[in-house]
Amino acid sequence: MKQVEILVVGGGPAGLCAAINAAQAGAKVLILERDEKLGGQLIKQTHMFFGSEKQHASVRGIDIARILLDRIHELENIEILVNATVLAIYDDGVVNGEIDGKYVKIKPQKIIVSTGASEKTLAFPNNDLPGIYGAGAVQTLMNVYGVKPGNSVLMLGAGNIGLIVSYQLMQAGVKVKAILDAAPKIGGYLVHASKVRRMGVPIYTGYTVKEAHGNDSLERVTIVELDENWNQVDGTEMDFDVDVLCISVGLSPLGELLWQAGCEMKYVGQLGGFVPVRTEMLETTVEGIFIAGDVCGVEEATSAMVEGYLAGLAAAESLGYEMENLEERRKDYLNQLESLRSGHMGDSIRLGLDKVTVRSEVVKT
Amino acid sequence: MLEKTGVPTPQEIEEAFPSQERLAKGPVAIIECYQNIPCNPCYTACHKEAIKEFEDINDLPQINHDDCNGCGLCIANCPGLAIMVVDSSYSKDEVLIKIPYEFIPLPEEGMIVKGLDRKGKYVCDVKVVKVLKSKTLDRTPIISIAVPRQYMKVIRNFEM
Ligand SMILES: Cc1cc2nc3c(=O)[nH]c(=O)nc-3n(C[C@H](O)[C@H](O)[C@H](O)COP(=O)(O)OP(=O)(O)OC[C@H]3O[C@@H](n4cnc5c(N)ncnc54)[C@H](O)[C@@H]3O)c2cc1C
Ligand code: SF4
Ligand code: SF4
Repeated sequence: MKQVEILVVGGGPAGLCAAINAAQAGAKVLILERDEKLGGQLIKQTHMFFGSEKQHASVRGIDIARILLDRIHELENIEILVNATVLAIYDDGVVNGEIDGKYVKIKPQKIIVSTGASEKTLAFPNNDLPGIYGAGAVQTLMNVYGVKPGNSVLMLGAGNIGLIVSYQLMQAGVKVKAILDAAPKIGGYLVHASKVRRMGVPIYTGYTVKEAHGNDSLERVTIVELDENWNQVDGTEMDFDVDVLCISVGLSPLGELLWQAGCEMKYVGQLGGFVPVRTEMLETTVEGIFIAGDVCGVEEATSAMVEGYLAGLAAAESLGYEMENLEERRKDYLNQLESLRSGHMGDSIRLGLDKVTVRSEVVKT
Repeated sequence: MLEKTGVPTPQEIEEAFPSQERLAKGPVAIIECYQNIPCNPCYTACHKEAIKEFEDINDLPQINHDDCNGCGLCIANCPGLAIMVVDSSYSKDEVLIKIPYEFIPLPEEGMIVKGLDRKGKYVCDVKVVKVLKSKTLDRTPIISIAVPRQYMKVIRNFEM
């Protein structure tokens, strides 16, 4: 059985930052990533990110991944395995994984789970027609593999992901016919909305998909207006001839491994679904299992990175590693998180986090 | 309404512009960022301290147009692509608008392209005066277009 000090499950921005801080403190770290590349969602993000300098604002997602990977490769005590999917975390702390097609057992002293989130979907007639994709799938096809998903697209969802993927589709030369969202207002940042709007893409708020049509693959989509009780309004249907319908209706945290490990989980709508109960330092109710990133609650890469740094510190500290300015650094990360979430856009995140965060005072008593 | 359509109202646009007097003096940044989001690179990019320091990262950017010399450094640093520079002293009948443009192919200098409004609707033909594409712009080229004066507050994009 392979022994490690700290196992990081998932090599997205959260996992990479966790590994950096834990390794810098002196711990031996193993990162397992099920994809063939490290970077998680970042490797698909060709647009500039928000935030402040500390979280690499106005750098493109894909370049943030490069910055983090350069730092990872400088640290000798980080081992990286890709094509490595963690399948189970057992009661006795043994972790099972499939690495390059082989079944492997690992015994870590501490685990940081940073598995991210998965896309939600939507029920409507014919939603299984080829040509109907999740926005993440379209982005992977386009920005990782250079494959155009189709010629004309209808985007369902005016959150940041729907808006950004629409913009990137246009950059790839694909026609985006419209963006619709069931909510009465645009959920994503308005600067992103204005950016696609001035390219001539209409945004229909208060609309949903009624039905998809097509024989062998998608040919047409009917959308319909919703009243204030979210009921479909007859006679408001509109048809769009498209070969791609892109669904971007939110993400839900990928917490299966945490369920299995026995972590206490709670359903918190504001955070995207079931999330683990945790301390401010991101330890779950199972001692030695830490979390960071979208698996704690769907947010942004900015907060995922800061959470990663925080969890990395906490895991290394729990192994007894001593770090300079530990309290100062911890405070800085907590302040960064607070400031990223302080605005109006962070209202629901803060509400959600309040329901699952056990404050340190409580932990101490 | 901006929150429903992504299109700012004429009044919102009006408020983003400086006084006629300042406009007449030459290039100046126009920031169309109307929502509190966690973001501040416009402030960090500006060397003239024309953009007020953010107390909270969610603050709206506040620009003092009198301190801005229209250098355009902030344009390609804004992840929302919400900043343009307008030079109203360009010529008698035209103003020069510098906008970020992240599409290929890029236009060529001298080309006549279609000027679009904030809904992407065609307004009139405009001339591409300059195409700026440098390493510091980091894949956000800045295109200068000469726009008839009466459309200074209308045109915000173009297509070929
Ligand atoms: C279109 C789009 C645009 C975005 N734009 C922005 C933006 O402008 N600014 C911003 O801050 N954020 C943005 N985000 C959000 C940001 O990408 C995510 O919040 C961030 O990537 C979350 O980081 P993470 O490390 O928690 O998860 P991820 O990046 O999802 O990484 C999780 C990793 O874990 C791996 N994994 C999962 N399960 C296992 C397992 N069992 N075993 C091994 N590995 C596993 C996955 O393969 C993945 O690599 C955007 C997201 C999308 C989709
Ligand atoms: S144009 Fe130049 S001086 Fe004006 S706000 Fe932008 S960076 Fe500052
Ligand atoms: S950089 Fe752009 S999006 Fe960010 S606050 Fe400044 S103007 Fe708004």
